[in-house]
Amino acid sequence: MAPLNILIAVCLIYVAFLFVVAFAAERAAMRGRGGWLRSPVVYTLSLSIYCTAWTFYGAVGYAARSGLEYLTIYIGPSLVMFGWWWVLRRLVRIGRSQRITSIADMISSRYGKSNMLAVGVTVLAVIGTTPYIALQLQSVTLSFEVFSDVQAAGQTAPDHGATALWVAVGLSFFTILFGTRNLDVNERHHGVVMAIAVEAVVKLFALLAVGVFVVWGVAGGMSETLARIDASEIGTWQMAGGRWAGLIFLSAAAFLCLPRMFQVLVVENDNESHLRTASWAFPAYVMVMSLFVVPIAVMGLEILPEGANPDLFVLTLPLATGQEALAMLSFLGGFSSATSMVIVAAIALSTMVSNHIVMPIWLRATGGGAMVSGDVRHVVILSRRVSIAGVVGLGYLYFRFSGGGTALASIGLIAFAGVSQFLPVLIGGLFWRGATRVGAFCGLSVGFVIWVYALLLPSFGAGVILPADLMAEGPFGLGWLRPEAFFGIAGMDPLIHAILWSISLNTLAFFVGSLVSFPSPLERLQGAQFVNIFEHSSRPQSWAGGKAQAEDLMVMAQRIIGAREAQALFESEARKQGMSGVLPEPNARFLDVLERELAGSVGTATAHAMIGQITGGASVSVEDLMAVANETAQIMEHSSQLEAKSEELARTARQLRQANEKLTQISVQKDAFLSQISHELRTPMTSIRAFSEILREDGLGAGARDKYATIIHDEAIRLTRLLDDLLDLSVLENGQVSLREQSADLGTVLDHAIATALTGVSGPVIRIRRDRAAEAIRLHTDPGRLAQVFINLIGNAQKYCDAEAPVLTIEVRRAGGRVVVDFIDNGKGIATDAQGMVFEKFARVSSAHRAGGAGLGLAICREIMLRLGGSVSYLPGQGGAAFRVELPASGSMAAQ
Amino acid sequence: MGKRVLLIEDEPNIIEAISFILSRDGWSVATHANGHDAVDKVTAHAPDLLILDVMLPGKSGFEILRELREAEPTRGLPVLMLTARGQTKDREMAERAGVSRFMTKPFSNADVLDAVRELVAV
Amino acid sequence: MTDRPALFLERRSYRRRRLTDMIRALPVVGALLWAVPLLWPLEGEGTVRTSDAIIYIFSVWAGLIVVSALLTRLMPRGEGRTDDGQDGA
Repeated sequence: MAPLNILIAVCLIYVAFLFVVAFAAERAAMRGRGGWLRSPVVYTLSLSIYCTAWTFYGAVGYAARSGLEYLTIYIGPSLVMFGWWWVLRRLVRIGRSQRITSIADMISSRYGKSNMLAVGVTVLAVIGTTPYIALQLQSVTLSFEVFSDVQAAGQTAPDHGATALWVAVGLSFFTILFGTRNLDVNERHHGVVMAIAVEAVVKLFALLAVGVFVVWGVAGGMSETLARIDASEIGTWQMAGGRWAGLIFLSAAAFLCLPRMFQVLVVENDNESHLRTASWAFPAYVMVMSLFVVPIAVMGLEILPEGANPDLFVLTLPLATGQEALAMLSFLGGFSSATSMVIVAAIALSTMVSNHIVMPIWLRATGGGAMVSGDVRHVVILSRRVSIAGVVGLGYLYFRFSGGGTALASIGLIAFAGVSQFLPVLIGGLFWRGATRVGAFCGLSVGFVIWVYALLLPSFGAGVILPADLMAEGPFGLGWLRPEAFFGIAGMDPLIHAILWSISLNTLAFFVGSLVSFPSPLERLQGAQFVNIFEHSSRPQSWAGGKAQAEDLMVMAQRIIGAREAQALFESEARKQGMSGVLPEPNARFLDVLERELAGSVGTATAHAMIGQITGGASVSVEDLMAVANETAQIMEHSSQLEAKSEELARTARQLRQANEKLTQISVQKDAFLSQISHELRTPMTSIRAFSEILREDGLGAGARDKYATIIHDEAIRLTRLLDDLLDLSVLENGQVSLREQSADLGTVLDHAIATALTGVSGPVIRIRRDRAAEAIRLHTDPGRLAQVFINLIGNAQKYCDAEAPVLTIEVRRAGGRVVVDFIDNGKGIATDAQGMVFEKFARVSSAHRAGGAGLGLAICREIMLRLGGSVSYLPGQGGAAFRVELPASGSMAAQ
Repeated sequence: MGKRVLLIEDEPNIIEAISFILSRDGWSVATHANGHDAVDKVTAHAPDLLILDVMLPGKSGFEILRELREAEPTRGLPVLMLTARGQTKDREMAERAGVSRFMTKPFSNADVLDAVRELVAV
Repeated sequence: MTDRPALFLERRSYRRRRLTDMIRALPVVGALLWAVPLLWPLEGEGTVRTSDAIIYIFSVWAGLIVVSALLTRLMPRGEGRTDDGQDGA
């Protein structure tokens, strides 16, 4: 048996197992049985993506080279978790209340929703993460090679690059599958989180197993192990103080700033209280992870031949002692660490790239911004998918071109230092209201430049990118600018040197930039929201409403969050405002809610920009902003009470106003009704009387006689129909109608209605688009009456649809115990101010079309649907005229 | 060549009936079916008598009449108004707008003919 | 939010506030304890053996974990709401 083949098989089985876990979790979450998926334990385990392959394999190598220094990498995050009350609690609360989707979104949101800032953070994050992904690919490749070395005799070693490529492709596939399955408003990925939680258990178990084996199986017990440690080359405390403190700080900073950590800590957080458990459970996890590192390192140094790569002791030690099963387990542990990191990093980065770079460009490129046609959702999902492949692909390319090796191994801490440049801006934004966007720009730029100049470029070695004489003499012979000895302070550890200067100058630039600049109102408002997150309610900022057209917003919202969701949201908001109907008044509060809903899909800056475009560009007035941002707690409180009261009053007033308007309209209509009846009856009567008088006279030709008799006949029918309609309506209104309920097929009723409505039509006939599969619904209703409603709606579309090629789309679906039938045509639709009136008697929208009928059709429809236990309503924002018929799904008819 | 009558009415059957009655009596009848450009039509056609419906698409008969009475050439034009809304307040409105004769639909053919003859003879 | 911060708190919320103080102080205590190795000599007589260093660092770790677990357990669930104000105004 060839272990390499077994290894590949085990890998595939393991990956298949992860697929099943992720899939099952998604399924459970979708069916609403996902409660257990979101326990604090799962949250804590998901945080373990902090422990990548770099820490799984690398920690032992690190310990073999530098003794206990590796502990700093775990101590920093432990301190952050112990201090959850200070920072994480705020981050999570802000993340939830502002619907933050990534660290770039967080920073952009804090500094006035600046997309420029988000782009900067995204670019920095990609630069900082790419080498890290390369590192993961390398570790998987190396671990494969360890197995192939053992078996080198019989087989050819797998190609270095091929392994990495397969891993990269597989990971992209997994991430795309579970990371972009749906566009969740909250950016949460149940499947992925569950899979990485399982991987967290696997890697912990693997490292523990190797550790236990080494301590009790090889070294001969606890005290023996400790003795051997003291006797080894790392037997005494040799830690330079600067590195100890510096690295603890660095890892703490990176823990907060790494895009993937931000993803699991804040974005995927489901419940704030999970932090309480994680605050001690995560330190416990990393403590156990690091417990056996030194024993493994010491025993590796002792047993394995000189020159063996200490980075792979975790694998080679079991292999050297003949424990192949253990080695396999350990391999899976390393594999888990690498894969979970790449998956989450790819999701986090793709969200940032897609929301802050691709979507804004796409929106601009397609012209009208928010009002472009087409569904934005698939664009978002596509751009996420491409971004994921792009991010992983970049990591792969970096791995190929850097050639792997030690240059890559040292990149871990360098990447930490890179993302730590976010720290001043992030923390400053949480605690200091004076922090401004200009300051954030200054700080990030300064920090980034110093990091590149003093750490990233020199890390490739003197003479590779930075010329050797620049390293030694400084640029243009300016000695005080030597990359590793700023201001002539030589002899410092290069890493600590770079961290010290980059972070401190970053902070200084951030501070000074903030002091000298003046923030925009939106920045000040967001600043107050972030800093006082626990005093303020979770309301980000206020829109000056009124200008926005609710219908335009509806059109946009449908494209981004989906038609059904958007309609549900608008309807429930309208209800909250005390309005009847589908469209709420676009007041500040509603725009707020809508923006946050949209932010979940496209990011805060984009959502803000889209709404801004519709509400009239100039977004918010300073007064509005300042009113919300009002500082004193008392006024806040007072005004919030007043606001509640005045809102209540406003709602009542609105209801009253609506009722009053309705009453006035009705009384005007009652009056007009008589007049209308008179007109509708007298008009045909006029023709009848005039022509019958003519017929009574002699001397008419036979042709004329015939023609006039026909007119009299037609007008008599018109009169009869009008009287029928009137009687029908009065019977329906009085509730005296008897329904002939029976079981009927919706599709058949529609067939009948279409046939009746379009028979004998002169001129072009409207084209009808149907989905027969969706229409296969059994109804218990009065099919005749229902058909009457359908005939009316179809007939109206035929008569009034003014499109060049008129098309009527009939959409049928079930929604929560009801059957919804939408009739949507492609004409101009009905003017907003007329929409409220179409169901009133004689309310023909335009008298220009005397297309027969007395204007009672829709009024009758409404009455019929009421009797059938359903409703018919006008559906705004669909492009053309759209009517929605709702029916009870089963036999639950309305009581008579 | 008889005297010229302009009929502004949007019900095709009523147009047909009135045209028949009047042309048989020797009148030359022109018709127009909407309210928007009715005033222009009247000015251009310069009839001897105008028969005007009240409920017209675009502009009501009352409005048209008011505009005609404000313009010099049509100030004295005899106007016979026909309406299907037979309420008193409609008659009052028509009189205020300066109507020459007001009749409710349905009408007897003889009455219409009498009214037309009378109005043009005056 | 409460109407106006009271001058004296009742006994229970007083306890709760001190509990919060302890949670706030925990990372500071941890940082100080883990800063102790900075004082250990690097050469000469008194160098510290790695095994002792391991035992010290991990003991601090375990201690912090236990204390943190106890404190978060003790704190009532609704905490953070009464003390710092909360969404529902």
